[in-house]
Amino acid sequence: MKRNVYINGIGAVTAQGVWHEQLLAQAEALNQPISVAQQPSYKELIAPAMIRRMSTGIKMGIYAAQQALDEADIALPDAIITGTGLGCLEDSEKFLKNILDNDEQFLTPTSFIQSTHNTVAAQIALRLRCKSYNFTYVHQSVSFESALLDGLLQLQHNEAQTVLVGACDEISDHTYLLLQTIGYIKANGIRETVKESLSPGVNYAEGTTFFGLSTLHTPQSYAMITDVTIQNDLDKDSIAPFVERFLQENGVERNTIDAVVVGINGDTVFDSYYQQFTDLFPQAPAIYYKHIVGQYDTSSAFGLAVAAQILKDQKTPANLLWNTKQTSAYRHVLLYNQFKGRDHSLILMKSC
Amino acid sequence: MATLKEELKGKIISVLNLEDIDVADIQDSDPLFGDGLGLDSIDALELIVLLDKEYGIKLSDPKQGKAIFQSIQTMADYIEANRTK
Amino acid sequence: MASGVAITGIGMISSIGKNVEENLQSLLAERHGISRVENFHTRQKETIMVGEIKLSNAALIRQLSLPEDNNFTRTALLGACAAKEALASANIQDMQAYRTGLISSTSVGGMDFTERHFYAYLEDSTLHKYITSHDAGDSSHKIAAYLGLQGLVTTISTACSSAANAIMLGARMIRSGKLDRAIVGGTDALSKFTINGFNTLMILSDTYCQPFDQNRKGLNLGEAAAYLVLESDELVKKDNKKVLAYLSGYGNANDAFHQTASSEDGEGAFLAMQKAFRMAGLAPQDIDYINVHGTATPNNDLSEGRAMMRLFGNQVPEFSSTKAFTGHTLAAAAAIEAVYSILALQYQTVFANLHFATPMEEFQLQPQTKTKRQAIQHVLSNSFGFGGNCSTLIFSKA
Repeated sequence: MKRNVYINGIGAVTAQGVWHEQLLAQAEALNQPISVAQQPSYKELIAPAMIRRMSTGIKMGIYAAQQALDEADIALPDAIITGTGLGCLEDSEKFLKNILDNDEQFLTPTSFIQSTHNTVAAQIALRLRCKSYNFTYVHQSVSFESALLDGLLQLQHNEAQTVLVGACDEISDHTYLLLQTIGYIKANGIRETVKESLSPGVNYAEGTTFFGLSTLHTPQSYAMITDVTIQNDLDKDSIAPFVERFLQENGVERNTIDAVVVGINGDTVFDSYYQQFTDLFPQAPAIYYKHIVGQYDTSSAFGLAVAAQILKDQKTPANLLWNTKQTSAYRHVLLYNQFKGRDHSLILMKSC
Repeated sequence: MATLKEELKGKIISVLNLEDIDVADIQDSDPLFGDGLGLDSIDALELIVLLDKEYGIKLSDPKQGKAIFQSIQTMADYIEANRTK
Repeated sequence: MASGVAITGIGMISSIGKNVEENLQSLLAERHGISRVENFHTRQKETIMVGEIKLSNAALIRQLSLPEDNNFTRTALLGACAAKEALASANIQDMQAYRTGLISSTSVGGMDFTERHFYAYLEDSTLHKYITSHDAGDSSHKIAAYLGLQGLVTTISTACSSAANAIMLGARMIRSGKLDRAIVGGTDALSKFTINGFNTLMILSDTYCQPFDQNRKGLNLGEAAAYLVLESDELVKKDNKKVLAYLSGYGNANDAFHQTASSEDGEGAFLAMQKAFRMAGLAPQDIDYINVHGTATPNNDLSEGRAMMRLFGNQVPEFSSTKAFTGHTLAAAAAIEAVYSILALQYQTVFANLHFATPMEEFQLQPQTKTKRQAIQHVLSNSFGFGGNCSTLIFSKA
């Protein structure tokens, strides 16, 4: 018998600031090719001896993780599972530049150590002295969803009671410059929001979102996660059967879906996948979020936070609506994300 | 020797990213590791590279560091005796 | 007690062999693959020894019959070779016949190319195709596409325990009914990044590494790739599959002690082993052979030795580190050692812990220094990574 899984806590550091009740309603659409996350103060949370070694991503991850744990009232989770697309980029670049600029001499270990992909998960465990299960997924746009699926299975099958799941990606100058060079990121000087997007590329950013998941339902619980699925490749014609199969496995009809949350990011070619998807739910409001947190491999984690908030509040802030459909109640919400036609994921959620 | 010690304090602060600390905050005989400045084994490795890069001293065994890095004074003494730069 | 998840295929490439059979022959002949770096230039060339696969990227590309304009990094090339063999070994003809997933792992990813072209990318657009090959997930995508797999594809990266974790996740996906079969394992190529990284930690040996030896000086890095095919009981029955071995237990725990060093009493290792035993429904005395993590660093072997003594008391079974054969292949390590564990079961042989001369003074543990035939029912394999990530796998005879 599969147990229910609840989102009991959320934490985030984003281009709009940290997670708080008014974050969504107050958010403004980004219109820069690259936006940095608004950094909170870390001094109260992390000792100076530790902070001095930490990149932006690690600090953001620790902050968001603690925020989620605090809200979910979890002291020591049974599992810590993270996702990241590009890993600890700042430290990777630093170490690599030192190698190249100094011809492999006078290299120091700190940035190498901090560059391993599982550093965020490791640092969280170290701070909490948490000896439980600790995994990190690094697979482009399903890094977060892989982590989520892992956590979900553990909770559903009674291998864990509480799980901390989250994802993080940080900006690093040279790598982001390379992504601009190949047209993934919009060119400097372009000022387009997602809705206005006509030029090649999309607006990138950095950020982190974490969730305190539990099998325990409390009055503060945001929502339930029913299921997650991931697929590496899908052509547009196969979206419908992909979605149908997933819904069927979960005993849900298409017309039961009250709203959809989609990873529309302003990509003039690949956003058409989202059109195919939303066409399957003609009655449902479509909600987007990458216009406020930007594109990065794990920004879809924020989509889950948005869905959770909507299910809790039973309303959607107007600035997140992609279309003009309305619904009287939010019971079942379906999330869909993909990137350049690859790494497709669906997450089914329910109100609680 | 005095300038070397001041120089060392500055370099340590910069290399180890000790943002909240000034050269004036570090006493010559303060313990660098454990209590005192609170440096750890990763910092020891960084200091080994510092010795090489700035003063041309190569330590083949990291364990030698324990004695050398006890304080600014012991570091300065060792550098004075062994520097090749 | 469940019998475990069935393993129906294995494939690998390492410095001691281009495929499983060659690896086995090298192990039996006690022929290691440690040498100097030849495939690329590094300032550390003369001071380190590595388990390098003496095949150029061009040779690997030819072997895989890839088109000339491919953008496979070496990590992806090695992975594709090993995964291809695993699939053939499992006699899989139709990738889409059942719900199949690929769970791979890597730490280097495409860094071997990034470090070559990092600055040149801004000048030379012909190199741009490699920009998107940098991240860890890329090699998994490449391998999946090469195998013609459409389904769940993901990548784990937890440093040196990565492939063990990939194997675990595959097993859990099958047990929970999410997948019918899973191709699981890992791949890592040698790179200047990792060579220099480990060098700054002063844990590389300048000679052949000596796991569990009192005078061990550090590790030899290596490169390799290995994959297992896991299948559900239903599938094994339906297709009348030959089972090579069973994955009967696994566990992951965190040392939560230090970013790179292991705790003195090997707490993370101890917990991981304990979890694996619990899952397998086995007791320590049921283990006949341990393929230890045994990197030959002062820290690991001490910590791991202590953890084994805590768990096994005075009765630590035969153990050896095969890293003296292959080097430490980082994310791939747990995968190649999983294959070696399966070979140990198939051939009822404990493989040698090479270059051992003097027992460590801290305890009475001595590895098995010669290739030894003995009855083996259950093998335990350990892999520990940076960030305190400790993983244990238990394999049982089919």
